[in-house]
Amino acid sequence: MTEDYKEMLAPRATRLALEVRNLRVSVAGSDVDIVKSVSLGLVPGEILGLVGESGSGKTTVGLALLAYCRKGLRISGGSVRIDGQEVLSLSARELKKARGRLVSLIPQDPGTALNPILRIGTQLIECYADRRSATEDKLLELLRLVKLPDSPAFLRAYPHQLSGGQQQRVGIAMAFANRPRVIVMDEPTTGLDVTTQSHVLDTIRSLCKEHAVAAIYVSHDLAVVGALCDRIAVMYSGQIVELGSTAQVLSSPAHPYTRALIDAVPDLDRDTAVTGIPGSAPEPSHRPAGCPFSPRCTYAEHRCTGAFPPMTEIRAGQIVHCVRANEIRVDPPSARPVEHESAEERSIALAVSDLEAFHGSVQVLKGLSFTIHRGSCVALVGESGSGKTTTARCLAGLHRDQRGQVLFDGELVPPHASERSLHLRRRIQYIFQNPYASLNPRRTIGQSVAMALQQFEPTSSAEARRRVVAALDEVSLPSTSADRYPHQLSGGQRQRVAIARALIVGPELLICDEVTSALDVSVQAVVVELLTQLRRDRNLAMLFVTHNLAVARNIAQNVAVMQSGRIVEFGKVQDVLHSPTADETQRLLADTPRFAFSVP
Amino acid sequence: MSLLGASWRWLRDLKAGAVGLLVGFLIVAGALIGPLLAPESPFDFVGAPFDLPSSYALLGTDLMGRDVLSRLLWGGMQILGLSAVATLAGVLIGTLLGIICGYLKGTTDDIIMRLLDVAMAFPQTVLALLFLSILGPKPWLIATLVTAIHIPQVARVMRSVALRVSEEDYIRYAEAIGLSTRRIITREILPNLTAPLMVELGLRFTYSIALIAGLGFLGLMADPSAPDWGMMINENRIGMLSNPWAVAAPVFILAILTIGTNVFTDALTGTRRAKPTLPVEETEVSATAGKIVGSGNNEAEK
Repeated sequence: MTEDYKEMLAPRATRLALEVRNLRVSVAGSDVDIVKSVSLGLVPGEILGLVGESGSGKTTVGLALLAYCRKGLRISGGSVRIDGQEVLSLSARELKKARGRLVSLIPQDPGTALNPILRIGTQLIECYADRRSATEDKLLELLRLVKLPDSPAFLRAYPHQLSGGQQQRVGIAMAFANRPRVIVMDEPTTGLDVTTQSHVLDTIRSLCKEHAVAAIYVSHDLAVVGALCDRIAVMYSGQIVELGSTAQVLSSPAHPYTRALIDAVPDLDRDTAVTGIPGSAPEPSHRPAGCPFSPRCTYAEHRCTGAFPPMTEIRAGQIVHCVRANEIRVDPPSARPVEHESAEERSIALAVSDLEAFHGSVQVLKGLSFTIHRGSCVALVGESGSGKTTTARCLAGLHRDQRGQVLFDGELVPPHASERSLHLRRRIQYIFQNPYASLNPRRTIGQSVAMALQQFEPTSSAEARRRVVAALDEVSLPSTSADRYPHQLSGGQRQRVAIARALIVGPELLICDEVTSALDVSVQAVVVELLTQLRRDRNLAMLFVTHNLAVARNIAQNVAVMQSGRIVEFGKVQDVLHSPTADETQRLLADTPRFAFSVP
Repeated sequence: MSLLGASWRWLRDLKAGAVGLLVGFLIVAGALIGPLLAPESPFDFVGAPFDLPSSYALLGTDLMGRDVLSRLLWGGMQILGLSAVATLAGVLIGTLLGIICGYLKGTTDDIIMRLLDVAMAFPQTVLALLFLSILGPKPWLIATLVTAIHIPQVARVMRSVALRVSEEDYIRYAEAIGLSTRRIITREILPNLTAPLMVELGLRFTYSIALIAGLGFLGLMADPSAPDWGMMINENRIGMLSNPWAVAAPVFILAILTIGTNVFTDALTGTRRAKPTLPVEETEVSATAGKIVGSGNNEAEK
């Protein structure tokens, strides 16, 4: 098996651009493996997507290709050959030369990766080994390459003068400056909205193809990877569990984890509801013997708990580590269709008319009017800067400078929370985008949730405790989590705490501000399922802010598309997505990454 | 139960800090029970002036022929007591002002901070001397003056931290459900300032000791005959060649105490549990360079 592994891991080629063999990364000073035994091969010009949830080790693998690992970890075994040269055995001095020339990195957040006090030109020059060779013509050519304005003025700009997409393009230019053999990309488009993301992906794809650069694209989003990559490697618990061409992996996934990941991705082309993956990935120190996915796997049987399943090649180019791969491959997907509910016959909960909002002298919202019916959800969609979050904050009473009329249940809603009645504040609840900032780090989960309850209905501490446990139970968190602190929970768990905190006071309108954008796709699916169920059970009216139309389709009945402070299209979600009338909607639809395949 | 367990785990993480804490604790405890251990009365004349250490006076005698060891054991009460009171009061008031400014911003912030700027503009020791010479050296006056010197500096540092914390979403949430301003300040913001607060406490305590020892050195303590570490250094330095211990002993104790407190507060900054919202370097910068942050960061904060 090991003799011909090259052919199994990569298409037949004369010379591999990247060859990884049994790569192992451990916690320094212990035998706990973060990544164990990863093998890969890439030919020049090929893009491989490395997919998995948080904690799967995908970023660690990506960084190890530069012979780098985070503090506290060490690369404890295996080999990484780039263009035939072993990287892991290089001295510190040679490594410095190799990084950026042989292999380079495009980091996740371009905003923090660029030095804020240096001009773009200066930072580009720094990429070159011989700085004198970096003439202005050469830099302008580099800018043209990544489709940035090739003017000397641009070279003199500072990072903060650029948009997020432009900053990321500068990051790409820096990575490409020396024409490396391999580029590692660590979720370079997560912070960008769909339109910018789709343009950046186009640029990356054409650059890799034209210059025959092999690329590893690390991401948790299968939709993005499916749109960009030639092949996909699915990682779980520090190991590759499935590897194959994009079409193979996405259209006939043979590993249960791959299937679960695909079911979690909201897709515009499929009429199926997203399904989350129950449970969470095991900690590196507590990985079960046998298949690490078996505790969460619906196909698991006694064979799965013995040893890690051996590699099986189920067809040319597609390998999988699962004892039941051949059965699973032909098993029809258990897709549930999205249920279309109509909201019209229900009573109106919230009516907004001519809402205007200002940031200083800038008018951010230019007269919004829409209604939300009881028991239904309106999705507010648009690219960044279109005013979605400002709208949500206005309704939540967090933005003072607003005009217009907001009626909740026929009652006039004052602009700021401090002017609203206790009753009104209780009935309108807000959930924040970032679950890492919305919980006080100094309070236990129980205290945070109880604080919301005590604010509206002062109760005895025993009664409050009972209600808190019940609220946590409603969002599927164990009662023990009440005594935990936020930093002890994962992002998805924190967001569920935030939902419990909003629910415990008995709200009638829930405003969710991009609540899933900081979460993994699999966790996003869990949260979407949870919110849908709660909306039905409690007849909640909901405003769901998102930049992803596919998510909107899964959670909302009506959708409002925003563009520069105005609603340009409003209607039933299936009507808007199937026959969009506004240019902005059509553009957003075109830019949303989708699977170009069908699950059998 | 969990509080005890948690605070033990927290202390165990300190390591170097534990040493600092131990040193500081020994000296404070020594100063508290010292009077009970002192072999002689600090006011009795036991020998000739500036006698070298001997069996009846283990650290020799001072300029009046009094026992240096006994005076050393008695001499910490006043300086440590005044320092503790001045530190607690100064940090408490300064922190509250800082949070109020950092959270409310706007006019309140402008008025309070400009008034504190005025207070900071005066040379503090000179101002303290002025008040002491007008009103006479009294313990309460010394404590009040040192407190007043601390307030603007503490307020500066705490304001910059509170500015950051009050931008967090959990503060927005508290506003959205209508929590009162008083509760937001005491229950939401204050607990998140524990790390810089502890650092400030330690730092201000050492400053207080230095200031009060300095006042003692200048002979401005309430009772000129009462034993005091700062004053001992001053009155005995004329006989430094005859009995160096009369000067070296109080200097040594003050130095050890200051170093111990600093090591402890440094370690506090480094522990993970003590800084939930702030990166290490920011806490350190704002703590060790309080004045620099105060004057230099003015533009950036706005």
